[in-house]
Amino acid sequence: MQTFLQYLLNGIAVGAIYALIALGYTMVYGILKLINFAHGDVFMLGSFVGFYAGGWAARYMNNQAGTLMSWVVAAAIMLLSMIACGLFGYLNERIAYRPLRNAPRIASLITAIGVSFFLEYGGQFVFGPDPKFFPTLIEKHLIQFGTITTTNYQIIVLVVAVIFMALLQYIVYGTRFGRAMRAVSFNFETASLMGIPTDRIISITFMIGSALAAVAGILFAVSYPKIDPLMGIMPGLKAFVAAVLGGIGNVPGAVVGGLIIGIIESFVGGSRFSNFTPAIAFIILIGILLFRPSGLFGKYEPEKV
Amino acid sequence: MAGGQRVAGSGWENRDAPPPATRHPPSARLPWWLRDLIYAAVFIAILIGASYGLDRIPIGGIAYYRRIIVLMGINIILAVSLNIINGHAGQFSLGHAGFMAIGAYFAAFLTVFYFAPYVNKFPEGTEQWLLQNGLLLVAVLLGGALAALAGYIVGLPSLRLRGDYLAIVTLGFGEIIRVFILNINKIGAARGLSGIPNWADFFWVYLFCGITILISWRLVRSSVGRAFLAIREDQIAAEAMGVDTTKYKVKAFIIGSFLAGVAGGLFAHYMMYLNPEMFRFLKSFEVVVMVVLGGLGSISGSVVAAIILTFLPEGLREVKDFLHTNKDPRMVIYSILLIVLMLTRPQGLLGRRELWQVLARRKDTIPTDERDQGDATDRP
Repeated sequence: MQTFLQYLLNGIAVGAIYALIALGYTMVYGILKLINFAHGDVFMLGSFVGFYAGGWAARYMNNQAGTLMSWVVAAAIMLLSMIACGLFGYLNERIAYRPLRNAPRIASLITAIGVSFFLEYGGQFVFGPDPKFFPTLIEKHLIQFGTITTTNYQIIVLVVAVIFMALLQYIVYGTRFGRAMRAVSFNFETASLMGIPTDRIISITFMIGSALAAVAGILFAVSYPKIDPLMGIMPGLKAFVAAVLGGIGNVPGAVVGGLIIGIIESFVGGSRFSNFTPAIAFIILIGILLFRPSGLFGKYEPEKV
Repeated sequence: MAGGQRVAGSGWENRDAPPPATRHPPSARLPWWLRDLIYAAVFIAILIGASYGLDRIPIGGIAYYRRIIVLMGINIILAVSLNIINGHAGQFSLGHAGFMAIGAYFAAFLTVFYFAPYVNKFPEGTEQWLLQNGLLLVAVLLGGALAALAGYIVGLPSLRLRGDYLAIVTLGFGEIIRVFILNINKIGAARGLSGIPNWADFFWVYLFCGITILISWRLVRSSVGRAFLAIREDQIAAEAMGVDTTKYKVKAFIIGSFLAGVAGGLFAHYMMYLNPEMFRFLKSFEVVVMVVLGGLGSISGSVVAAIILTFLPEGLREVKDFLHTNKDPRMVIYSILLIVLMLTRPQGLLGRRELWQVLARRKDTIPTDERDQGDATDRP
């Protein structure tokens, strides 16, 4: 029982990060029907912005880790990273995807792969291919909950992730912009006929998705402080699986999917099949697509002529 | 009409049938099998000549170019075979590296554990040489067969899915195959499989290259190929016309993955070392990029793109030398070029046309985009 809860907790902590990335995938797919392969690399970009900002901040902070100041700085770094990634998401959509909106979908898929290559190899060129260690801004300590052990990092990850998910939920279902976004994802052309500025909505969606990826990047780097330019590939793919699992285009579905993937991975990693952990997300994906292609919460849409 | 010349401006009417006056009476033409045999003999003779010549060109550093040329041949096989799945049948597969890995590992497994020890029992000479090449053929074909079986197993359930979902499932299968190989200790697991004899050379690679192009070429013009094209254009309409879509999609998958397995087997016997990391999905992406860049459905486009994309990173070495950095800007430039090319020519370099159609500026094939339809200089 104790180990079960321990694995569950670890799984939820990783799953929350997957969920944050999956949200960006699911929003973009919901609107443009485009698998934004570069999304995992935006996540990488987020943690590298955090790395440089954190390194810079650490120099001026004189080891004030643990004080209130370090929390403020950590929040500022996350905000900076979100802004940087949001800007990148905007430019990415503007330069690489918008000109192809009426081209065959395969063209935008290849462009997405190209952007992903650009970020990976550009990252290797600019940041260097060797792994870097994310600075510690907040001291890590263990917390004992009865029999299970956790760290304050896991709790921070969970709290921050939940805050941003709630924020997104509010934006999508509680604001005027969210309503416009849902309208665009429901039917692009009709939405534009109804006076919704679809281009602007799509840009903002990309910015929100990329900013969430930046949050995930920072949280991931905090939990696993070794970062390198190719770190975004696998979490990105797993997050995509999570988005499909929850029903792509469905916001709460992405969160649930991310948590499920994280938890299952955590359990498989602890079992004697741990060697197969990298494949487990894909095995889940294939299972779900064969038996319920619309995902857990997705609506089944029959093919129309 | 004399001389079989196309009348200027008359366009497409008589494309495939030259005027009867110039045609030989059927009795005077060679029987098809003899004609094909002569073609095959000429092709093989050219290959042997080229391979002989390539081994003996007295230029410094030729070994480096020879290596790139052979790897280019393997890339051509991969691109043309993926083009059957992605371009002709219109099923977007991102798992080609997985099938290549199966072919590579199975062929290498057979050679390392069964064939090579057997061949080595013979003294060096003609007999050993014959046996070695014969067994290479067997290993490569069996590797392809296992890859085809995998393609069948993967294809049967997942081809019910369309578009992006199929892409992701095939990507997932590619990764699953890699993770499984990573866990089989007998074939080296994460250490990789070494000690594969260097049996494949220029001749074998380009022989299979020719066979692949031939298969692909004949396939599109057969009833099976017509069914592929129908599925690509409109699956529902094809189904309504009585095309068994699942059957043909699985067929495309089997043929494509068989050839990918063959390419893998040749790759194994050329590189002499295999590692699961070689078959990450980045490899699949690389092949997909070749196919899309050349133009989905254009066989010569895939070949041209495979040639360009094999040489491009090598050519960009000059840029690296020029910049005097030890960081590598090649892949950055490669990715920017890829994005720019897709933005300027989303239908690929050749679209759906073949190279000679583009060179001859003939507009008589299926229009690929509005630019082709709008540009009517060639039409009456």
